[in-house]
Amino acid sequence: MIWLTWRQLRGSATMTAALLVMLVAVLALTGSQLAADYSSGIASCTRGEECAGFYDQLFDDYQIPFMASILVVLVLPAMIGLFWGAPMITRELEAGTHLLVWNQSITRTRWLAVKLGFAGLLAVAAAGVSGIAVTWWSGPLDQSAPPGFALMDPLVFSARGIAPLGYAAFAFALGVTVGMLVRRTLPAMALTLVLFAAVQIAMPLLVRPHLIPPVTSAFELGRENTDGFGINRDGTFDIRIDAAIPGHTGAWVLSSELVDPSGRTIAASGQDGRVEGVSTTSGACAPAAGPPDGCPAEVNRLGYRQKATYQPLERFWPLQWIETGIYAAFTAGLTWFCFRWIRRRLS
Amino acid sequence: MTSVLRAQGLGKRYGRRWALRECTIDIPAGHVVGLVGPNGAGKTTLLKLAAGQLEPTAGDITVLGGRPGGSPAQLAKVGFVAQDTPVYAGLTVAEHLRLGARLNPRWDDAMARERIARIGLAPAQRAGRLSGGQRAQLALTLGLAKRPELLILDEPVASLDPLARREFLQGLMEAVAEHELSVVLSSHLVSDLERVCDFLIVLVGSRVPVAAETERLLATHYRLTGPRRDPDRLPAGQHVVSARHTDRQSTYVIRTDASIHDPAWTVGQLSLEDLVLAYMEKRPAESRRVALEVQR
Repeated sequence: MIWLTWRQLRGSATMTAALLVMLVAVLALTGSQLAADYSSGIASCTRGEECAGFYDQLFDDYQIPFMASILVVLVLPAMIGLFWGAPMITRELEAGTHLLVWNQSITRTRWLAVKLGFAGLLAVAAAGVSGIAVTWWSGPLDQSAPPGFALMDPLVFSARGIAPLGYAAFAFALGVTVGMLVRRTLPAMALTLVLFAAVQIAMPLLVRPHLIPPVTSAFELGRENTDGFGINRDGTFDIRIDAAIPGHTGAWVLSSELVDPSGRTIAASGQDGRVEGVSTTSGACAPAAGPPDGCPAEVNRLGYRQKATYQPLERFWPLQWIETGIYAAFTAGLTWFCFRWIRRRLS
Repeated sequence: MTSVLRAQGLGKRYGRRWALRECTIDIPAGHVVGLVGPNGAGKTTLLKLAAGQLEPTAGDITVLGGRPGGSPAQLAKVGFVAQDTPVYAGLTVAEHLRLGARLNPRWDDAMARERIARIGLAPAQRAGRLSGGQRAQLALTLGLAKRPELLILDEPVASLDPLARREFLQGLMEAVAEHELSVVLSSHLVSDLERVCDFLIVLVGSRVPVAAETERLLATHYRLTGPRRDPDRLPAGQHVVSARHTDRQSTYVIRTDASIHDPAWTVGQLSLEDLVLAYMEKRPAESRRVALEVQR
């Protein structure tokens, strides 16, 4: 039975393997260059500011391959679901060959078990190879990526660690299940794509932030979380805060707000928040005082704070495990359904 | 004698429509059984039930003493060649034989190779390139080489030209003689079955009105022609299969174990085809009468 499964999967598996080999080769070639750039850059920068400039430069240089590699890891599971999962049963049903193979001396439960097990393992292995290769390649960039592209940010998170394995297993099982229910290859492929995309969008937006209750706390304003100040014509003072959190580099910031001394929210990150009681004619925040380095301290003294809700970087692996576990549970549920359906309903 | 297939009140429903209903048959071993009926009568459903491809909605079916499709051992005992003889288009002939060898413990590789050579199939040829007749022969080879005790074929010759049809049936009969297996094959044409079958099951409108050895069928069915007469006035042992009336004359096809003594009748023998047609026209005639009564 394994022979037959392999024989039927041979074409698409070989093609996937060839693409993966190409991917790994490209990543290996450019990855050593990237690692060398990184270590030489780190060695030559001494002060924090210089290093920040180097990080930005490095990220700019590699931004396109960085995004492309993430895209590959995210798209591969969908392709597996589409081209391995969905046609697996529908092709048999459309050609009528299920009647041939189900009447050999092997129960259809065993037939399905071997097909799902064998192709599922290949799917997970393919996703694993792409995930490991891309994680290795982007290691230096993940150390230094600007906010929005850091390890914990939704897109990057999904393309690192063990999550891609879960996505691939789920996409494959989803394709097979949809194929069994729809019984036609093209509609099954379309529906698989739609469902998988919906789950992949819903997960980071709706589910992942709450997998572990996020941390909410207040932070003093400083260089890291202040985006800018402004003095209006009428003499009032505005401050705009950032989504970054002081002392928690790389955290996934779910919300960042400016709150006044009474705890009331004044502005979200990126918006101007009016700060009462700041002197714009004298003191640290006055334009006459030169560079406003002391201004945040002045605002802090008045009791204004940044209130942020976030998932710290240390939770990367716990979140990876939980998310992969959820996808594994989805996969198990779909697999259970497939076995039930093939015994009861399909013929 | 043991039964190869025994069904008791067997029924299969798709949604609200019964594809097969109240089917009770008992087929003894060692026969080549023809299952005949019009299109959509439920032949495929019955055969799929026997092969274990479908689960019955009502009643029981046992094939060679076991539940169809229940276990690998049961699957090994029953060969099934589905309608339109499906094969994997992308696999070569040799790969089909390999598939059979891998998936069947009782696989007879020598026989499979010998058959393929005799038919003249090139082992390296892709099954998708075969003609309809060659494809049917390949499917038959797969069915035979697993060495089943019962081989079920669903409309195996329906899409074949007359020559391929004869070759296919000839090949089947040779294998039957050689390996002493029971065969059930379906067709909507009696002429296909007449040459090869010694047992006939008629399936009309999802029911089985008659199932018996062909010899017995021929010996117990008669065509009676004579002056017009109501069916109530026929003797008790004579079961009307079909009836036709003109103003003066009645023609009955009847089934009876006794001989016919009434001198008013002209008694005629039936061919198998006439007999099957008589059973096929019985049901529509009844339903038409019901429809007329309702209209009145």
